Amino acid sequence: MRLLPLGDTAWTVEFGDRVDPALHGRVLGLLDALEKAKADEEFVGVVDLVPTFRSLTVCYDPSACDGARLGETLRNLAEKAGAARREGRHWHIPVCFDDDLAPDLADLAQAKGLTREAVIDLLTRTTFQVYMIGFMPGFPYMGGLPAELEMPRLSTPRQAVPARSLAVAGAMCAIYPWESPGGWRLLGRTPVPLFSAQNEASPSLLASGDEVRWRAIARSEFTELEAAAARGGLSRDSLLVKG
Amino acid sequence: MNDLGNALIEVANPGIANSFQDLGRIGYRGMGLAVSGCLDPLTARCANALVGNPPACAVIEVRARGPILAVKQDPVRMVIAGPLTAKLIRTDGSQHDVAPWRSVTLDVGERLQVGVLTGKTAYIAVSGGFATPVQLGSRSLYQRAGIGVAITKGLEIPCAGVSDGDKEFSAPPWSHDDGPIRVMLGPQDDHFKAESVAAFLANAYTATEARDRMGMRLQGVALAHATPAAADITSDGVVPGAVQVPANGQPIILLADCQTVGGYPKIATVISADLPRLAQVKPGETIGFAAVGLVEAKQALTALEARWKQWAGHIIDESAATDTDDESDLFQPI
Repeated sequence: MRLLPLGDTAWTVEFGDRVDPALHGRVLGLLDALEKAKADEEFVGVVDLVPTFRSLTVCYDPSACDGARLGETLRNLAEKAGAARREGRHWHIPVCFDDDLAPDLADLAQAKGLTREAVIDLLTRTTFQVYMIGFMPGFPYMGGLPAELEMPRLSTPRQAVPARSLAVAGAMCAIYPWESPGGWRLLGRTPVPLFSAQNEASPSLLASGDEVRWRAIARSEFTELEAAAARGGLSRDSLLVKG
Repeated sequence: MNDLGNALIEVANPGIANSFQDLGRIGYRGMGLAVSGCLDPLTARCANALVGNPPACAVIEVRARGPILAVKQDPVRMVIAGPLTAKLIRTDGSQHDVAPWRSVTLDVGERLQVGVLTGKTAYIAVSGGFATPVQLGSRSLYQRAGIGVAITKGLEIPCAGVSDGDKEFSAPPWSHDDGPIRVMLGPQDDHFKAESVAAFLANAYTATEARDRMGMRLQGVALAHATPAAADITSDGVVPGAVQVPANGQPIILLADCQTVGGYPKIATVISADLPRLAQVKPGETIGFAAVGLVEAKQALTALEARWKQWAGHIIDESAATDTDDESDLFQPI
């Protein structure tokens, strides 16, 4: 574990240098410990926590606290926290795999010597782990993609990836919350909004530590749910796997 | 001195690249949301102080062509902080020059036509602040995700009216610290050859035209990574001020609207006391860097705070000194 200064407004607690579920476990362990302790006096001035694959960045207000002391407190906490398994939420998120919503599905299947149906089957049987939210608000970097589906990014990125596209690149899976340029391969689309600025407490649907499975849906259900979401009538609770 | 009246301003012309900004959106970076806020919060704070506002009030950040703002209801007080002028257009059509660093009171029907700025950053403040709807704790526009209200033609913005007549507040222009931009090395200075870290601190870098609210690209002596593989890292957290260096060796300084995580190694990070200065570096100008530690960074912040308070102590009520000051009439008919 290393404590790295990110100027005088943040510390990065680094557990390693690669994508690795064990390292991410330690990130979640520290995140958990910090969320429990953040009301304590020694964490006054902490304004943001940014978990990644392999590190936790702790942003602070340098005029509200002593950065050096905060760093030492973080180091001690990180050493003690261990990799306590954080109980993330379990999501079941509907995805439509129709060709026009999945422009790279046929190519990926062909490149991998699989049928279209086999790719969808692999995707929907896999449980994905949310490592971090980044790149844009609500964008989840998810690990767990079966090796049979791994492919590099497109050599020429798209100018505009449609919002809510399910995408893969390398060993990662994600959903684009908004239309944006992007080079990941698009294998489907969800009707579920990934980010809602109206939800003050929790604008991002997903969080680091959550687990996600895809549920294949027909076009009719996609259209229905998309319309419901546009009306604000799609409850997040209905996507949670209970128990 | 400001009534909490229901004054209203309408955007008659949005100008180019203007946005509402405040102290930023705190607490959402873990969800991938940029912190945003004023690129130069010190100059913005000056603008707010000149109309009697606390620092958290939203201002308009101007980086190109300013807007035209029309007063719809109740007199308001406005001011520009930064190297930017404007014209006050009266209801009879007459135009009067408005200098920065000096407030003006506008009556209903009058308009402020803000001028053009090249390469720098200025702020417009209004009595009570531009009270657009708050989204996720801030009024700052984060354009990439469409969060916060954008400045568009016809937009009506509530603010506070003033009832104390034509009072005018002024102060000498705020000037930032000079000298090299102070940085703390890291978090990935060990991804660079030692001679490249030395070169980064020894050479001047030129600000290029490639800049926006997310970052500014510099050009100068290329910085070599320790190995070709060291030019990429598994993404980790970034903050405004982080100096990331992709494989081409040319540094990019991240600014207020930057992403929350990034995959390029960061050779150094600009300290918070010097971050506002970057908003005032024009393309073509050069900057140098000096390495400091956390203790010096804190001292720099404390010294800057003291210097700002001293500046604020020089704000004077021009209208109270009209008998002795001929320059108090700032409306010179054209």
